Amino acid sequence: MKFSQEQMERYSRHIILNEVGVKGQIKLLESKVLIIGTGGLGAPAAMYLAAAGVGTIGLVDADTVELSNLQRQIIHSTKDVGKPKVISGKETINDMNPDVKVMTYHEWVSSANITDIIKDQDYDFIIDGTDNFPAKFLINDACVLLHKPFSHAGIIRFSGQTMTYVPGQGPCYRCVFLNPPAPDLVPSCKEAGVLGVMGGIMGTIQASEAIKYLLGIGDLLTGRLLVFEALDMEFRTVKLASRTNCVVCGENPTLKDLIDYEQRACEL
Amino acid sequence: MHNRDGFVDITDVVCPITFVKAKIAMEEMESGKILEVKMNDGEPIQNVPRSFKDEGHKVIQVVKNEDGTYSVFIEKDGL
Repeated sequence: MKFSQEQMERYSRHIILNEVGVKGQIKLLESKVLIIGTGGLGAPAAMYLAAAGVGTIGLVDADTVELSNLQRQIIHSTKDVGKPKVISGKETINDMNPDVKVMTYHEWVSSANITDIIKDQDYDFIIDGTDNFPAKFLINDACVLLHKPFSHAGIIRFSGQTMTYVPGQGPCYRCVFLNPPAPDLVPSCKEAGVLGVMGGIMGTIQASEAIKYLLGIGDLLTGRLLVFEALDMEFRTVKLASRTNCVVCGENPTLKDLIDYEQRACEL
Repeated sequence: MHNRDGFVDITDVVCPITFVKAKIAMEEMESGKILEVKMNDGEPIQNVPRSFKDEGHKVIQVVKNEDGTYSVFIEKDGL
């Protein structure tokens, strides 16, 4: 492909980088990333991936924009309150970068639809920007079964964590966390506050991992969990090992069908 | 002047698009081929040849043109 004058300018700071260059930028323009959840994590991830020129971005979310989202979900604006988040997200991306094709999936992921959504555009990389354990385990299992890399992240209060799964290159989310915690151990949405910037910090790390994976550069958070504590302003990484008896990615996997775990109604 | 396999004029753009435009032209060349880059005096002639060297290309010849611009001949992957 040939760059237009406008693309040459838009992506100049990427093209100058030896690790990106013309070839890398073309790779990004030809890449497809699926973002599940367009909230605290998904909003900044989607915006940076769109700005970077990732050619196809899929947004999955059944929610509509609420005023209480705007403290952290920066892809949505005050005028978007009441609008489906995927539509509001698509409009923001379209305004920012006309090179990006946005696919919208106005639904919650479940065992019934996640495989079809990932296969819809044969996405190259998936970002888990969800806020609940059932969805996180579902995304992990679906990605492992479909041999797709993905970035996990979670935020609560002043803390965040993130890791990257690449098939055959380290543990999956289930190797580390086994099963969702009991629903009554998980703080409900009323109990759980979060500092608005946490989504920005962790979501942009997820976008960085996606871009590095797509370009094939650097070291990913495979086999490592990055933990961030905003109050101490400290990042640390914890080494993680694969579990040979993991039910989904181990040597003799027994999990072949996706599971819909239960969760409290108010988390939906 | 040296033989050339490709040519790009970057006198119509300013930093950092100068190098970006030249780099895009270079990417379309095969290894060992010569690209002529026409550039302005000042910032472009000070920076663009050096940036090409940093990326492993060899500056073979620099010619000052009568109109004050420079023609720089660069061999792809020549370093």
